[in-house]
Amino acid sequence: MKKIGFLLATVGILAASFVQPAKAADVLRVATEGAYPPFNWTDENGVIKGFDTDITFALCERIGRECELVAQDWDGMIPGLLAKKYDLIIASMSITEERKKKVDFTGKYYQTPTRMIARKGANIDGSVKSLDGVSVGSQRATTQACYVEKFFSNADIKLYAVEADGYIDLKNGRVDVYVADSIQLQAGFLSTEAGTDFEFIGPELNDVECLGEGTGIALRKGNEELRDALSQAILDMRADGSYKIINDKTFAVDIYGPELQ
Amino acid sequence: MAEQEKFDHWEAIQQFSENVSPIDFYLILENWPMFWEGAWQTVTLVGLGLFFAGMIAVPLAVCQVNRVPVLSQVVSAYAYFFRGTPLLLQLYLIYYGFSEIDFIRHSFLWIVFKDAWWCTLIAFTINSAAYTTEILRGAFDQVPRGEVEAAKSCGMSAWKRYIRIIIPSGLRRALPAYSNEVIFMIHGSVVASTVTIIDILGAGRILNGRYYLAYEGFIAAAVIYMIIVFIVTRGFNFWEKQWFAHLRPRET
Repeated sequence: MKKIGFLLATVGILAASFVQPAKAADVLRVATEGAYPPFNWTDENGVIKGFDTDITFALCERIGRECELVAQDWDGMIPGLLAKKYDLIIASMSITEERKKKVDFTGKYYQTPTRMIARKGANIDGSVKSLDGVSVGSQRATTQACYVEKFFSNADIKLYAVEADGYIDLKNGRVDVYVADSIQLQAGFLSTEAGTDFEFIGPELNDVECLGEGTGIALRKGNEELRDALSQAILDMRADGSYKIINDKTFAVDIYGPELQ
Repeated sequence: MAEQEKFDHWEAIQQFSENVSPIDFYLILENWPMFWEGAWQTVTLVGLGLFFAGMIAVPLAVCQVNRVPVLSQVVSAYAYFFRGTPLLLQLYLIYYGFSEIDFIRHSFLWIVFKDAWWCTLIAFTINSAAYTTEILRGAFDQVPRGEVEAAKSCGMSAWKRYIRIIIPSGLRRALPAYSNEVIFMIHGSVVASTVTIIDILGAGRILNGRYYLAYEGFIAAAVIYMIIVFIVTRGFNFWEKQWFAHLRPRET
């Protein structure tokens, strides 16, 4: 009996030491991918940088919380948040209805169009008809993958774990068309040596169901206070010009998109 | 009426998935065609890979048993390399590595290497052939001396001894070890999903990605792999019973 009591007490102490109730002063863990330049990318020293992380630290300072970055593969992003491996996702995640079923979003912190690219002179205009039997690549678990699967079912769709894998196949001719965020396409591929032979095709893509309404910060449901504080902080930064400073550090144009009413 | 009832079952699964179960069975069932195609993809890739690997492995194993000079060393090096490196790495080298070589990209070889499916099949074939060569080499070595000497004394040539005695007897003996190779190959085939092929795991990953799930896709994939391995092990048990009938202890 004594032994069992001792055992239970030990287990209890151990359990108590692991399960600490979250306090307001706790460090906020922020997940990002680190493979999505110029929004988030990992430098040669393993440090994650980019627009997303700049925004992250500015917002954390504004709401008075300490933040630390956690690197997380893209397709496990939302499951990891739900499993409480981190508290926020600031990784260029678009706000969509499908994702809202799982997580909460703040207001948008930027909104850039989705576009397609192909090899120069490939004679593909980007219309559904021109993609008949053409291989179209995109990253798995993204808004663009949703768009491709919804509209280009006549194409040979290839989904990649990271954008960089798709760009290798695009460069080598395994994939003819690639669909992604226009800024990421520009910075991650078109402006690199591998992307010199490629160009944007077709218009900006529009579909609220798949592509969402801008990029927000995702958090677990039931954190309304934190969510609203972050949403307000974004609007405040927008209003007082500090957003512009961070924006201009990385981009030549304003990527916020239409102002929220 | 029947239609109505069927609809109700469907509804019930949906209700159960949304409200009670931590696992969303409804989404898995709704996407079963993708898993079905994934299973077909896995079975054909592994099946064809094992078939071609077997075609390659039998002559290589014979060469090893006879210690053919030079050739034998080449085969040993081949087996050593492909058993010494992970299948995933071999697939990456074939898929990403070859596509970086201009010579391959601008030759007729690109027709094959452009396609992820062929790259995967080639990786599976040469990987499995390396293991199967070693399994068969052991099995051919273990064919009892008496059988070989009996064949010799009947006046069979070396060629005939292999065709009629050593290879058939060795293949039978290799069966238990080979069944493990088949199971490893089925499990190893998940690497196909890393090069855009939608195999069973690939279907699971797409399901997870589409609905932002943590494990539904993986659980569905795990169940399908278990079913396939179950069928394969039953098949091997059956063949072992058939072909080892003469080695079994007599029942009293």
